[in-house]
Amino acid sequence: MPSHTVCELRDVSFTYPGAAAERGTKVRPALSGITLSIKDGEWVALLGSNGSGKSTLAKHMNALLVPTQGDCIVYGMSTSDADHVPAIRNAVAMVFQNPENQIVGTTVEEDTAFGPENQGLPPGDIARRVNDALAATGLREKRQSPVYTLSGGEKQRLAVAGALALDSSCLVLDEPTAMLDPQGRAQLLAVLAELHRGGKTLVSITHRLEEIIHCDRAIVLVRGTVAWEGAVPELFQSTEALREWGIFIPPLAALWKDLHARGITPLPSVPSLPEMVQALCP
Amino acid sequence: MKFLDNLTFGQYVPSESPIHHLDPRCKIACVLVLLTSIFMVRHTTSFIGWGLLLLVVTSFSRLPLRLVVKTAKPVLILALFTASIHIFFTKGTPVFSLGIITVTREGLRMAAFTALRLLFLVLFASFLTLTTKPMELADGLERLFSPLTRFGFPAHELAMMMTIALRFIPTLLDETDRIMKAQLARGAYFDKGSLWKRLKAFLPVLIPLFIIVFQRAEDLSTAMEARCYRGGKGRTRMHPLTWRTSDTIALLGLSLVTALLLIADRTLLP
Ligand SMILES: Nc1ncnc2c1ncn2[C@@H]1O[C@H](COP(=O)(O)OP(=O)(O)O)[C@@H](O)[C@H]1O
Ligand SMILES: [Mg+2]
Repeated sequence: MPSHTVCELRDVSFTYPGAAAERGTKVRPALSGITLSIKDGEWVALLGSNGSGKSTLAKHMNALLVPTQGDCIVYGMSTSDADHVPAIRNAVAMVFQNPENQIVGTTVEEDTAFGPENQGLPPGDIARRVNDALAATGLREKRQSPVYTLSGGEKQRLAVAGALALDSSCLVLDEPTAMLDPQGRAQLLAVLAELHRGGKTLVSITHRLEEIIHCDRAIVLVRGTVAWEGAVPELFQSTEALREWGIFIPPLAALWKDLHARGITPLPSVPSLPEMVQALCP
Repeated sequence: MKFLDNLTFGQYVPSESPIHHLDPRCKIACVLVLLTSIFMVRHTTSFIGWGLLLLVVTSFSRLPLRLVVKTAKPVLILALFTASIHIFFTKGTPVFSLGIITVTREGLRMAAFTALRLLFLVLFASFLTLTTKPMELADGLERLFSPLTRFGFPAHELAMMMTIALRFIPTLLDETDRIMKAQLARGAYFDKGSLWKRLKAFLPVLIPLFIIVFQRAEDLSTAMEARCYRGGKGRTRMHPLTWRTSDTIALLGLSLVTALLLIADRTLLP
């Protein structure tokens, strides 16, 4: 099967319109000269410190923002063409950082149905989408619960369910684990891994390295430009660069790196915790 | 301690009652019938009949009576206030006097009448929000007003605004609570001093709250766009409203009962 391109950015620059107001200061574009492409079925991690432009880039992928310069092409359609916007939004769904600010419905079921209702589907199809999305995110028992009774983790999963119900082929997640405790984070990552196995294209934004172990590829943004792009295991090797980019290195990766530097190489790439334990204490 | 916990709204209480299952349009119509009828009542004794009707409706709704009565608590003060005005300022046959204040028989009757009318208005109206999901209520209003869209009336937009407002009430209450606690920790008092002082203490709560609200509104509109929202046009619903025979029966039955109560009010009572 040939791998199709989901999203392609060609020399994209973007400056926020309001940003020019500061007197005299030169306006720094939020994104400058970004060229990248995302292939069908890939799980790409988008890394970068705060303010590096991750959210801005994500919003380009479903035409919430359009480039001030360059082109952003999603499934062959330019996001700058207003006629394509509905089709692009059907194809690329988005989960934002704060779940509270993207939940529209007053109950779990109503909110999950919001997207497919906007897409104008018949009631039966909407119900099916809602069922599937709630099953995938483990929210079936909470179906009728009012949103304000949900925990932070459940709200985050509801935000994911709302995006899944759009049945898009690509899902972009902007720091979906930011508000979660370690357990909620693990749950959500398991949901994502399952979606990835099902063939969905995923772009997950994070500044936590430990969350990208399962990703196929990583892109690092620094001050609005692509500073690094490549396979995840290689990224873990460049500890100094990571520190310079403002990305926190998880202890496990640091340990692996140090062992590696001393010639102790139990495992070829950065492992998960159980793998590491298994390798060190067989 | 939560400061805003004692703020009770007539918020939706889930149940599988016949009233819960009625079409929201039917329930809105029923409430309108009830409210106009209560305004037409002339005699205080008639409220015995309305009280019985309230009990019947409560039992149909399968909600505990205590809960229904609780929703009327905030208006109790208003009812007592209007009642006391009537007690003190209505002239007529004196019952007893306390110094310059003379309480009259007419005054007592007027006080009971206005207080009861206000209470029954609120009690019956609260069934609408207690038994109808906010989203359904918004749907019902949208559909009822949709004929007016031809004249530029924003039926869908208003319904959506209502849904979002209802969705965010608990969130904003939490937020207010959080800010108030933060101000308390810095030595603010919300329950001491003159009214003016208390209002002034509230200002540092309102300002951050407004900022948060605007930030939320902006995020939410972006999220709604990302979730393919393009206004009411071409939007479908998972549970489209359906008017059933039971809705017709409920509306006709209620209209009949209120008509009978009104006839009794006009003819049987002096
Ligand atoms: N709405 C906005 N208006 C003006 N500037 C913004 C806006 N949103 C973000 N920025 C600026 O754009 C840059 C990139 O921000 P963002 O994409 O949110 O970064 P990240 O998601 O990586 O933290 C930052 O310098 C930020 O201050
Ligand atoms: Mg961000």
